[in-house]
Amino acid sequence: MLVLIGILIIIAGFLLRFNPLLVIMASALATGLAAGLDITAIIAAFGKAFNDTRYVSIVWIVLPVIGLLEAYGLQQHARSLIGRMKGATLGRLLTSYLLLRQAMSAVGLTSVAGHPQTVRPLVAPMAEAAAEAANDTLTDDQREEVKAFSAATDNVGLFFGEDIFLAIGSILLMKGLLEGYGYNIEPLHFSLWAIPTAIAAFLIHGFRLRRLERRMAKRGDAA
Amino acid sequence: MITLGFVYVLAGLCFAAFAVLGARDRTNPKRFGNAAFWGLLALSMLAGDRLGDFGNGLLVLALVAIAGTGQIGRAPGGEAPAAEQAARAASHGNFLLLVALIIPAVALAGTFLFKWVPGLADPKQATLISLAIGVLIALAVGMARLKPPPLLPLQQGRRLLDAVGWAAILPQMLASLGAVFALAGVGEVVGGLIGTAIPQGSLFGATLAFGLGMALFTMVMGNAFAAFPVMLAAVGMPLLIKQYDGDPAVVAAIGMLAGFCGTLMTPMAANFNLVPAALLELRNPYGVIRVQIGTALPLLAVNILFIYLFAF
Repeated sequence: MLVLIGILIIIAGFLLRFNPLLVIMASALATGLAAGLDITAIIAAFGKAFNDTRYVSIVWIVLPVIGLLEAYGLQQHARSLIGRMKGATLGRLLTSYLLLRQAMSAVGLTSVAGHPQTVRPLVAPMAEAAAEAANDTLTDDQREEVKAFSAATDNVGLFFGEDIFLAIGSILLMKGLLEGYGYNIEPLHFSLWAIPTAIAAFLIHGFRLRRLERRMAKRGDAA
Repeated sequence: MITLGFVYVLAGLCFAAFAVLGARDRTNPKRFGNAAFWGLLALSMLAGDRLGDFGNGLLVLALVAIAGTGQIGRAPGGEAPAAEQAARAASHGNFLLLVALIIPAVALAGTFLFKWVPGLADPKQATLISLAIGVLIALAVGMARLKPPPLLPLQQGRRLLDAVGWAAILPQMLASLGAVFALAGVGEVVGGLIGTAIPQGSLFGATLAFGLGMALFTMVMGNAFAAFPVMLAAVGMPLLIKQYDGDPAVVAAIGMLAGFCGTLMTPMAANFNLVPAALLELRNPYGVIRVQIGTALPLLAVNILFIYLFAF
């Protein structure tokens, strides 16, 4: 039971808005001590895991390219493209991206799009431009919500597409675990059972995007 | 053969350049903090395998100390003036879009190429390696046509990364915390607690506990992968599959997706929820989570219903 102290530290730390890096370190140390590890062993275990998961942080190498393109006006160009496209409304734009992201993830192409690669330079500015086209008095709060929905749409598309792909890590994990219990299941079965949820995710999030479009089209009361 | 080691060297050089440029940026009052932070990350990328486990642990403690005491910050401004950007956009427009699409296109093509033609690159890391190659090609094409000052991509990249700040390593830190949790046996304890909290004799109650447990434990761990083995052992296997004879493929596949609904609602899944908020420069760091809850909760209910309908 004592090892649960790390979870309490995490929850309290995030709620009280301490610096998350400090909270994580405190949680790791408390959990390790509660489990009877000595402090050098905890630091070494954390260091080993940090080194083993470096691949998580390599996505930042795209930033010099994004920075170069943005300095030459990529975001403005993405905006003007939307301005010229008739019928490219906020809801349709984000729903198309949702479908595209789900479809690509379903065939295993999860790292092709993402927040640094596509959302910041393309999707968010396009969504903002589409919202502006329908409402010339967009408030800062509305702008913020449109951007947040752009990121959310990427996440929903990724999460509820990737499990349809046969060779994704989560399917291999399920197969391996169930094999340990004596059930031998073909990866295809897991893939197929991910499809109903993928459709439900598209319908639910797509519906919310339509409502977002309607809400954004109304002028703010302050204006 | 190209391995992940090549990508780590590339990332290390990139962070090292950010550190050097950061140290020389006199407009940033915290420039030495930034330089030390990105410098240590460069060291981790370039020499992490030679530092040893304890050495890497000390490196992490130093990163936490720098960020936790507020030693990193960003210089104001630095972006190209809006009018200049608009003028350049008018003359380069579609070329910029083309270069932006080189990265995903090469990532896509490389993933297939490296899987079909063995020996070129490590097929297990095909997409990450292809992504890195895509970055190099996009940079080369962009530099050749736009002819910017040579340091501009690195300066602008550093500006963007400084805007993200310490949140850039949050996903890696949380993944490492997960490893310590596993070592301490946190999962087994939580699984035992949930196992005792389930109402006996109700199939729907057990399904509900499994789905909600997946989502809640994923929110705590930030990762459905960490929650799944625990919930399967505590509820999914003994109750849903063994006692009620549920289809194991349905219980596992849709249970995992119930966990993904939890991922949408937690700051612990930093790379999906907090990093984009920083990257899009939202005022509310929890802005992305806030809008995701409205999708995650109904979808969680649908998933629990799907298990109940399809597995039995």
